[in-house]
Amino acid sequence: MGKHVLVIEDEPNIVAAITFILRRDGWQVSSHASGSDAMQVIRDAAPDLLILDVMLPGRSGYDILRELRGDPATADLPVLMLTAKGQSRDRQMAEAFGASRFMSKPFSNTEVLASVRELVDT
Amino acid sequence: MVPFNLLLLACLGYVVFLFLIAFLVERRAERRRIAWLSSPLIYTLSLSIYCTAWTFYGAVGYAVRSGLEFVTIYLGPTLVFVGWWWMLRKLVRIGKTQRVTSIADMISARYGKSNAIGVIVTLLAVCAITPYIALQLQSISLSFAVFAATPSAEGLVLPDLGDTAIWVAAGLAIFTILFGTRRLDAKEQHHGVVIAIAVEAVVKLLALIAVGVFVVWGVAGGPADIYARIIANESPDWEVLPGRWAGLTFLAAVAIVTLPRMFQVLVVENADERHLATASWAFPLYLFLISLFVMPIAVVGLDILPEGMNPDLFVLLVPLALGQDELAMLAFLGGFSAATSMVIVAAIALATMASNHIVVPLWLQLRGPEASGDMRSLVLNARRLSILAVLCFGYVYYRVTGGGEALAAMGLIAFVGMAQTLPALMGALFWRGANRIGAGAGLVVGLVVWLYTLFLPSFGPDVLLSAQLMQEGLFGIGWLRPQALYGVEIADPLLHSLFWSLALNTFAFCIGSVLTFPTPLERVQGAQFVNVFDIQTGTRGWSRGAGEAEDLLVMAQRILGATEAQGFFQAEAMAQGKAGYLPDTTPDFLDRLERRLAGSVGSATAHAMIAQIVGGSMVSVEDLMAVANETAQIMEYSSQLEAKSEELARTARQLREANEMLQKLSVQKDAFLSQISHELRTPMTSIRAFSEILKEAGDLPPEDASRYAGIIQDEAIRLTRLLDDLLDLSVLEAGRVQLKIEDSTLRTLIDRALVASGSVAPHRSFTIDRDAAAEDIALRTDIGRLAQVFINVLSNARKYCDAERPRMDIHVREAGGMVTVDFVDNGSGIPKKSQALIFEKFARLTDQMQAGGAGLGLAICREIMHNLGGEISYVPGQGGAAFRVSFPAVLPGEITEGTASDDEARAVAQAG
Amino acid sequence: MSSPPRPGEARGARQPLFLARESFQRRRLMDAARLLPLVGVFLLILPILWGGDEGPGATTAREGLYIFAVWLGLIVAAGVLSRLLSTAPGIGRDGGGEDGGGT
Repeated sequence: MGKHVLVIEDEPNIVAAITFILRRDGWQVSSHASGSDAMQVIRDAAPDLLILDVMLPGRSGYDILRELRGDPATADLPVLMLTAKGQSRDRQMAEAFGASRFMSKPFSNTEVLASVRELVDT
Repeated sequence: MVPFNLLLLACLGYVVFLFLIAFLVERRAERRRIAWLSSPLIYTLSLSIYCTAWTFYGAVGYAVRSGLEFVTIYLGPTLVFVGWWWMLRKLVRIGKTQRVTSIADMISARYGKSNAIGVIVTLLAVCAITPYIALQLQSISLSFAVFAATPSAEGLVLPDLGDTAIWVAAGLAIFTILFGTRRLDAKEQHHGVVIAIAVEAVVKLLALIAVGVFVVWGVAGGPADIYARIIANESPDWEVLPGRWAGLTFLAAVAIVTLPRMFQVLVVENADERHLATASWAFPLYLFLISLFVMPIAVVGLDILPEGMNPDLFVLLVPLALGQDELAMLAFLGGFSAATSMVIVAAIALATMASNHIVVPLWLQLRGPEASGDMRSLVLNARRLSILAVLCFGYVYYRVTGGGEALAAMGLIAFVGMAQTLPALMGALFWRGANRIGAGAGLVVGLVVWLYTLFLPSFGPDVLLSAQLMQEGLFGIGWLRPQALYGVEIADPLLHSLFWSLALNTFAFCIGSVLTFPTPLERVQGAQFVNVFDIQTGTRGWSRGAGEAEDLLVMAQRILGATEAQGFFQAEAMAQGKAGYLPDTTPDFLDRLERRLAGSVGSATAHAMIAQIVGGSMVSVEDLMAVANETAQIMEYSSQLEAKSEELARTARQLREANEMLQKLSVQKDAFLSQISHELRTPMTSIRAFSEILKEAGDLPPEDASRYAGIIQDEAIRLTRLLDDLLDLSVLEAGRVQLKIEDSTLRTLIDRALVASGSVAPHRSFTIDRDAAAEDIALRTDIGRLAQVFINVLSNARKYCDAERPRMDIHVREAGGMVTVDFVDNGSGIPKKSQALIFEKFARLTDQMQAGGAGLGLAICREIMHNLGGEISYVPGQGGAAFRVSFPAVLPGEITEGTASDDEARAVAQAG
Repeated sequence: MSSPPRPGEARGARQPLFLARESFQRRRLMDAARLLPLVGVFLLILPILWGGDEGPGATTAREGLYIFAVWLGLIVAAGVLSRLLSTAPGIGRDGGGEDGGGT
């Protein structure tokens, strides 16, 4: 496959775990830890899939998502949102802003893998 | 004869004694053991600087020349004091409510805080008082000369001891600078000086009485003999001249209020209004006793001394002629006291005026109000320089005029000069319509007329004014002759000048005030001065507070010093029902702040500095309406109503604050659960992901496997710490914590905290600025918990101080068993909107801060400090993040288990 | 300027017509304190008006005695008044209430 996944997440250990899981499945994975310059990184990398944390330093994940959806170039990019808060309000907000899939931490590895495959295939 | 060296020795000994007393009193004053210092007796004695060397030596000379006329100089003040209910009471009350620093400041404050008026009065005072100071220097050198004199056939030959004057001037400068410029706020200044002056007052009174008693009962045969000798010595010159009698009494009455040094002790240094009631009879009594023996000494001197002796020195010469060396020495010290105390206070008063009205405004104008640095040292240095300058002027004046006859008349000439402030001052107290145009015009006219008709001619013909001009008038116009204006030839130049200068001055003052309109600020100040007894809280000079409390605090710190400014702001905030150091900038608050500052730099400067920050909006239409409507005002300020509405306003404010806090807390409660969830889920995510990886993938390389296991372990520890912190906090909040009391010193504690916090962000090198000597304070409290707080604060600074060269200042103070430790870094500090929240749970300020602990550190610190009977607070306006930890040095309590090192480890983990 | 009601009158309107005895005495004390300097001025100006009928010989001694006696009298009177004023009830706080109102 070799498709490109970009992970935007500030906890280094979580990034390490996702990277390991996806690489083992044959994905090409890059990561970024800050929210403030995330848009630029996304535009430059042009990934096939974006995994986006909600609570990021500098800028909230929701904010980034909204901007992505407003830009024709990235409006159709599949986005998997991650949140550690796990309240239903967060899920509603993610959906309202146009997230492709929403997942709360802690997640199971198989669940992540399944979601990623599903989002890129469709 | 007394050997001259012995005299010098006695004199030096006396000076050392005065230094010592002043020093000891200053020391005690610092420890606030000065109840006896502010007694009515000390107040009355300090007023006696009215009696200078001119009184001490000159009165007898005066009596020899003109008979009884000398008493007018003391009758005037007696009448003013006996009539204290009319004017002095009002003057002192206004001085206190407006925190006036000098007579120039008072007049400037009344006329719209106009600095121009302050400058005019200051210049007038410098012109009038410098020669007066020269007169004192002359009297000291002259009295020295008497002892160094050699008797010869035609009496005593006095050597020229002009050099003594320079040593005396230098010594006075040192004393005045040492004890007169220690602190800035005029209201709590000069205890050392006041006590030295009180001692000198006693010495000069005792000396004169001793000589008098000796003369009456030792030389003459008692009062009846003296009476007979007075009759025998009667000369035609002794006849009472009605004009001079009334004029001089009036002049002296004016001088007691307007002379800068008298204003200084009468109004500025007054500690309690009730002292005035005592002084109303005690000060006249002092004057009475000082005058009582003047006539006897004069007639006995005339009888026993050879013809042609200087009558100004009879007080010394009579005992010397009769071989009473000890008495002569006492008399010498009395005269020395009279001269030195006058010079010291006059120099302080003039220096305060010059620095507040000339130096500081000039500096502010040149450098702009934003110029940084401690204003206090600027003002104090300005005062020190002014004191030096005043004494230098005095000395130079003395040398230039050669200390001749011209000088002897200087006392009364200075009186007339300062009397020019009378119309403006009386207008300030009693006439609401008086305004600054009138006051300025009156002062300038009075100053010019005084200079032209009295001051300049006093040097004698052809010194400053040519003889021709004196004879024929300015430009040859006859009616402009200096000593006969408008052809009115009053025989006495002094009365001539007094009459014309005050008449024209008053005329200009009234015309100016009637024809022009006052500014709103003048009208507000006018009401505050004239109706000072009706207005309890004062009319406001500020209408809207547009300024930032934090900017005001920064400025106040530069003038008052950090401790005092913070204390003032905190008290103001508390009165408004707010916690912390930043009160709302209400008009009342601004007004009180301005008066506080005025006590240090004068009202005009204080007003200008606040206006710079707050902006121009000072007096509103409503304020003016309130001022204009006197009836409304009296009703409005009925104190009960005032107190009630203030109480209501305070309660309302407290309720509003509490409500806001509750709303914030409720939002925080929601956020708290969400935060707990987040803090727990984040480490759990890593743990779950990596444990699944380890479980499923059997083919992992061993180093990867152990790295992943390490991550799982780290995250598990993180979870544990979070739970520990939460438990710690809940125990502390519930007050169920058991404290472990140990003995230690603050220095050890700070050392420990610095070492422990060094492990946070170890790559950053901090410059630590601390005062190890101040930290030598014995503690008996829960040292481990305290260390936890210190470490937390220090670790936060290491993490978040964003300065390129980070530094940390640690200031320690102890007062009344409470230790205060300030930690101040040089980063950009904490934004104002966040300052109130940082001590709440999970209150991290930015997302960047998420990197560290869970945001419980400062919340735990706050709880610890409550448990230790102290508090931790954020101090705004320190140029960086500043945390103040204060706690009692000794805390009684019980022993528990648990080691300090546990607490330390926890603190490092919690920081953030 | 129209005459504003003096605080004393305002007080009178709310309170009984006759002031309490203490308050009345206090007011008279204040009046006495105001009068004292005027008496002083009068007595001390008197020597100007005395002619030198008896020749210049005796005037200074006699006037001196007179002036010092008046002086002492003023001091004693001021002492007594200040003692009475500071012990009289209610003086400390608003003792000056009466002379405000734009006198």
